[in-house]
Amino acid sequence: MSKRSLLRPARFDDLGLRRALSDRLLPALVAAMTFLAALTLAGVMVASSVAHHWQTGAAAILTVQVPQPGTDTAGGTRLDRVTTLLRGSPGIASVRVLSSTELAELLRPWLGNATQASALPLPAVLDVRLSPGTTEPDPTLQGRLSEVAPGTFMESHGLWLQRLTTLARSLQACAAAALLLVAGVGAAVVAVAVRAGLAARRDAIDIVHGLGATDSFIAGQFANRATLLAAAGGCLGAVAALPVLLALASLASPFLDTLPSDALLPTLPMPLWISLPILPLAAAAIGWLTARVTVHRWLRRLP
Amino acid sequence: MTQRDSESMIRLEGVGLRYGSAEPVLRDISFSIPSGGFRWLLGPSGAGKSSLLRLLYLANRPSVGHLSILGQDINAATRRDLPPLRRQIGVVFQDFRLMPHLSAFDNVALPLRLAGRPEGQIHADVEEMVRWVGLQRRASARPAELSGGEQQRVAIARAVIGRPSLLLADEPTGNLDDRQATRLMQLISEMNRLGTTVIVATHNESLVQRYPGRSLRLAEGQLINDV
Repeated sequence: MSKRSLLRPARFDDLGLRRALSDRLLPALVAAMTFLAALTLAGVMVASSVAHHWQTGAAAILTVQVPQPGTDTAGGTRLDRVTTLLRGSPGIASVRVLSSTELAELLRPWLGNATQASALPLPAVLDVRLSPGTTEPDPTLQGRLSEVAPGTFMESHGLWLQRLTTLARSLQACAAAALLLVAGVGAAVVAVAVRAGLAARRDAIDIVHGLGATDSFIAGQFANRATLLAAAGGCLGAVAALPVLLALASLASPFLDTLPSDALLPTLPMPLWISLPILPLAAAAIGWLTARVTVHRWLRRLP
Repeated sequence: MTQRDSESMIRLEGVGLRYGSAEPVLRDISFSIPSGGFRWLLGPSGAGKSSLLRLLYLANRPSVGHLSILGQDINAATRRDLPPLRRQIGVVFQDFRLMPHLSAFDNVALPLRLAGRPEGQIHADVEEMVRWVGLQRRASARPAELSGGEQQRVAIARAVIGRPSLLLADEPTGNLDDRQATRLMQLISEMNRLGTTVIVATHNESLVQRYPGRSLRLAEGQLINDV
């Protein structure tokens, strides 16, 4: 008797699952799910990044309009009084008066070059930046501005910013729901494959069950196989998604602070780099858990 | 567990079995076998011998009545209680029930592996058992490559490799020649002498005459004789 041919290999296939759980269809389907998950994950992160960008950037800006800025009053011109008040107010980082050229540029879409002739009584426009960490101006500021220069109008970007943030958060929620859906579909795919494997190996399961195999042993055999196939599919999907994500990152880089637009090769946000290798692990975990639950439920029919 | 359960390897009281809503295949079966006992299980085809064996190797639970095996009340046992009991029961199936993708060696080794025996301790025992059933040259062959008699010998080796407390055999000599059948019955007798409780279901009356022993006779799902 040849010992060499009879020694049990490390990955011994007691239930014959290599045929029952094919190494083609399940990894291919899991790869497709992982690919979609990678794109969805990128969507979640981009939406998060955009929301953060808007909140920390646009939120910190105020626009103040001062009609008749040059009119002298007791404390100087109206513009001087407004500027002084703003610079002395808490939570204000900087105050900059837009030049007449900048004003003309802003109005050009509506008035053409007419503003250059200074025929229109234009207000002074101040670009006010809030201090870091401040998202809303002092609520009494509008009243105090009106006291020193009646008619002065302060526009906070809070309202439209709130709407944009709500939009970004909604996109994030949709992307997270899509991610859950992909995970659910992935689990369903594994469950169907495992059920097919159970049906194909019904006789073998009956035999080992009769010989005293525990439910955990049988479920473990299926779970090991499903984990291997799901991990392989997860790796394939993540690798396939990488060039697509890099291309999307290249397109998105001008709009996001985190992505350098002038880099020779586009790069991905660090959270996405971390998440990509996690996807095959997540696929493997879903495969393992789904297989165990499916097999345990199926085995309940046996005495 | 009652006192009587602890004394009996097998005890049935008013046991009946039906599959789904069909007519019962076993009705009001009562008998007991002490530890180390031997019984022939006799009766024509369809009498319920295989169904009774299914109850005894815990492939079914009784629909009615009370069943105790190896001192364990099967009616009250949970699913978790049954695998350790099954590992103490060796079964030779009429249709062999070998794993088609495993070699003869691995089929014989399967009960030991399921019992968690370390791989290093398995090889020598299995090799000896495979040699005993005369299949040392066919140890790496799969069931499809073996004759009916060879498959039956693998099934026998698998049933006894774990030195079971209870050995159940359904027509174990059906595919064996006289010499192999004699060797098998000698093995079964020896195991019985060493304390294994044995039940052998057979049609072969000449075999029963050559190895006389107590018998259970079934007809139409009922026990008609326990002598």
